[in-house]
Amino acid sequence: MTALLEVRDLQVAFTRRREPDTVAVDGVSFDVAPGQVVGLVGESGCGKSVTSLAIMRLLPARGVRVSGSVRMDGTDLLTLSGSEMRARRGRDLSMVFQDPLSSLNPVIPIGLQVTEVLRRHRGMAGDKARQAAAELLERVGIPDPRRRLDSYPHQLSGGMRQRALIAIALACQPRLLIADEPTTALDVTIQAQILGLLSELVRETGAALIMITHDLGVVAGLCEAVNVLYGGRIVERAQRHRLFATPRHPYTHGLLRSIPRLDAPPGEELEAIRGSVVDNLPWAHACAFAPRCPRAIETCTEVTPVAETSGGRLLRCHNPVPANAE
Amino acid sequence: MTVTWAQRRKARLDDLSAGRSLTSEAFRRLRREPAAIAGAVIVGLFVVVAALAPLIAPHGAAETFPQLQENLRPGAIPGPQDGFPLGSDQLGRDFFSRVILAAQQTLLVGVLATLIGLVVGIVIGTVAGAFGGWVDTLLMRITDVLLAIPSLLLAISVAALAASPSQTTVIIAVAIVGVPIFARLLRGSMLAQRESDHVVAATSLGVKRSAVVLRHMLPNAIGPVIVQATLTLATSILDAAALSFLGLGDADPARAEWGLMLAQAQTYLDVRPALAFYPAAAIIVVALGFTLLGESLREAIDPKGRR
Amino acid sequence: MLRFVLRRLVQVIPTLLLLSLLVFAWLRSLPGGPASAFLGDRATPQRIAELNRILGLDQPVLVQYWRFLVRVASGDFGTSTITGEPVLAEIGRALPATIELSLAALVIAVVLGIPLGYVAAQYRGRPLDVTTVIGTLIGVAVPVFFLGYLLKSVFAVQLGWFPPSGRQAVDVDATNVTGFAVLDGFLTQEWDASLDALSHLVLPAVALATIPLAVIVRITRASVLDVLGSDFVRTANSKGLSPSTVRGRHVLRNALLPVSTTIGLQVGLLLAGAVLTEKVFVWGGIGTLLAGAIEQRDYPRLQALLLLGALVYVLVNLLVDLSYAIIDPRVRLS
Repeated sequence: MTALLEVRDLQVAFTRRREPDTVAVDGVSFDVAPGQVVGLVGESGCGKSVTSLAIMRLLPARGVRVSGSVRMDGTDLLTLSGSEMRARRGRDLSMVFQDPLSSLNPVIPIGLQVTEVLRRHRGMAGDKARQAAAELLERVGIPDPRRRLDSYPHQLSGGMRQRALIAIALACQPRLLIADEPTTALDVTIQAQILGLLSELVRETGAALIMITHDLGVVAGLCEAVNVLYGGRIVERAQRHRLFATPRHPYTHGLLRSIPRLDAPPGEELEAIRGSVVDNLPWAHACAFAPRCPRAIETCTEVTPVAETSGGRLLRCHNPVPANAE
Repeated sequence: MTVTWAQRRKARLDDLSAGRSLTSEAFRRLRREPAAIAGAVIVGLFVVVAALAPLIAPHGAAETFPQLQENLRPGAIPGPQDGFPLGSDQLGRDFFSRVILAAQQTLLVGVLATLIGLVVGIVIGTVAGAFGGWVDTLLMRITDVLLAIPSLLLAISVAALAASPSQTTVIIAVAIVGVPIFARLLRGSMLAQRESDHVVAATSLGVKRSAVVLRHMLPNAIGPVIVQATLTLATSILDAAALSFLGLGDADPARAEWGLMLAQAQTYLDVRPALAFYPAAAIIVVALGFTLLGESLREAIDPKGRR
Repeated sequence: MLRFVLRRLVQVIPTLLLLSLLVFAWLRSLPGGPASAFLGDRATPQRIAELNRILGLDQPVLVQYWRFLVRVASGDFGTSTITGEPVLAEIGRALPATIELSLAALVIAVVLGIPLGYVAAQYRGRPLDVTTVIGTLIGVAVPVFFLGYLLKSVFAVQLGWFPPSGRQAVDVDATNVTGFAVLDGFLTQEWDASLDALSHLVLPAVALATIPLAVIVRITRASVLDVLGSDFVRTANSKGLSPSTVRGRHVLRNALLPVSTTIGLQVGLLLAGAVLTEKVFVWGGIGTLLAGAIEQRDYPRLQALLLLGALVYVLVNLLVDLSYAIIDPRVRLS
């Protein structure tokens, strides 16, 4: 099966005058098949959001250097002109953001924020666009959608706002949806509803979904393939069930161990990953994770680990967790 | 070369314990900001010139010179000549000395007016912010009304109360304009402090109320007020100049102050524009200096507002 | 919406009452008391005593305040000690000139300021932006009256492009309809009169516009930068909307909210600036009245102008608040 989206060697660097560049995404490659749900997992600062913004070409033009390629249907999105890219955004690929309140324009009604994308890409106008917008709101589970068209974002609850954002993103039936931490800003009970809605909608419309999250629980419920990012690079990639059953990279292992489990024996302590992203070493001559890694050996601070693929699994580690552990 | 995790960790802790607090963080940012440096240099130069004015100026502010006066006639004011690098003013005094000496008076008017406004504003703001309730409501209503009167109009009406204007009336009139601004600002910032965790913590530990207000709230709330004071110094000098222009300025003809000199020079603009240009340039540069400094301070203190 | 309007209107009342109290107290703190101040040079003990009785100054303070309120509410501000005319009549005659000048200045400041601020924000950190920001800082630092004289000296005296002072040339035969010289020319189709008034208006309006212009540019720039970095603009871009839609519907509509408040605040600056500008250009409006009142210590006139200035400022900001409610649904609907 050919991939819908092929990300190859994507690199994003933030440039500042008189200061060295900050590399946020460092040679990330992954595929998304049509209709597939792919997870990008990592803690804040690992480059997952920047990756998604680079795919959408939503990073600011100044002070940012993007290289590599992002092919969708064989066309490299990174080489498209501004207007060609705008013609695709919202139509072929679209995005749902983290904070639903700040991601909606506060001074125009929800209805207009839905219809403007229909008008732009599907040439709908007037009552027809309004009708379609009401149907979209209904489909994402917003009650009384006709009346809600005239509501403003501040009049909706957090969950309803996120539903409205999803309606906007799916308005033109894109083949790829990117969801950047879509549930982080919501209450736990709402989170489950939104995740359920997302997975139902992508199944219905056949859209592929890139799910960006720091929450392995979200991944467990939704994703088929999982990419674990650390310090701007993918350190481990596997099918979901294999990753959860036998995490090989110490970072993935640590992430899984730090999730509270209901079936854990009483008295078992949660293991946190020590340190934070600021302790990272440069990838250029080490493993970035080494200072925080419980399995670090001398090689880890001296040699860059390369990504090795075996049996559909990618791993970037000098001293991985043995496959038969636990 | 490799740095171990432990080394990095230690360096970070050292940073924290060395009190690399918000203020020094803000200061570090300031030193990299060209606008802040320019503002600080201007203000520094201004203060130095003002302090050393009597040493720099070759003559007194009120001293008249016969050799200048005899060439003084309607439509002609003597220009630069030996011993008088900027020529004469409209009364046959050394213009250069007056421009230099005026730095002192201008600084005095600006600083005193701002300081009085600041102190009164701080008192009102602290009382309102610390007590809340009806005291707060009443004080803030009054400041609102004062804010509703256009600032120059307010200064004019205060200055016009005096039978004859003097430097003191100018200072008081300009100071009153600043009072409601400082009071409002401090009160807002105090209210934010009242809700903050460290104040709640201090109160719950049984720290005396006055100590909570003076030791925990005020020092943390005063930042924006100090920034505003820097900016107000610029407007105070401009307001004082405007009062002088309207005939509400210092009536002492011997006194040299830029705003006063500028106001008096308007009559001679076609005869000798230099009489207006030098004080005007001085006011513009100094006001610019305080504004640059104030704005960069504001940005450094409030990193959220940084662009 | 109606409830919001009513609530804001009611909120203005205590402000106005307190203002009247302040002005009342101000009058009472005049040197020698209001009667001698009102009489000016004509003050004799008998006259003062007589005026005190007429003005009711021998009554208890509360009664005095009440009478003052009633008088002011009925538009009686006393008579000018300079001209002997009712102050209100003087103000009525001078008002159109000042409104014309302030409006012209405001139009210049808004029409130039918003686009300039927007463009500066778009080119943040580049030479165009840096130049604009430095320009606005200098604009605020220049004493208004000096700028007025400078413009007059260069463009009127030396270049002769514009008349140096006044509102209308003496030899232009203009019919007075509304008191707004430019408008009158249009209404009566006396085009030369209109044009003449306009040429008189240019220099003072530019001088008066400088500070508001600088402030509007800076606020617009900061506000646009703020909005450009906001999440909802990113959302708008993620929809693939055209740049003009993003700019108009998403960036400008939000960025103009703080700007509209600022424009209201400029009215105070304009009133203050008008006093200085009118003196420079012998404009003959409220500012000229005020300057005269200061020189001659005409307290009845001063008092009326003080009240008027604050009243206009309060009302304009009320209008701004109401217009804010029209653009911002969060205010309107909460």
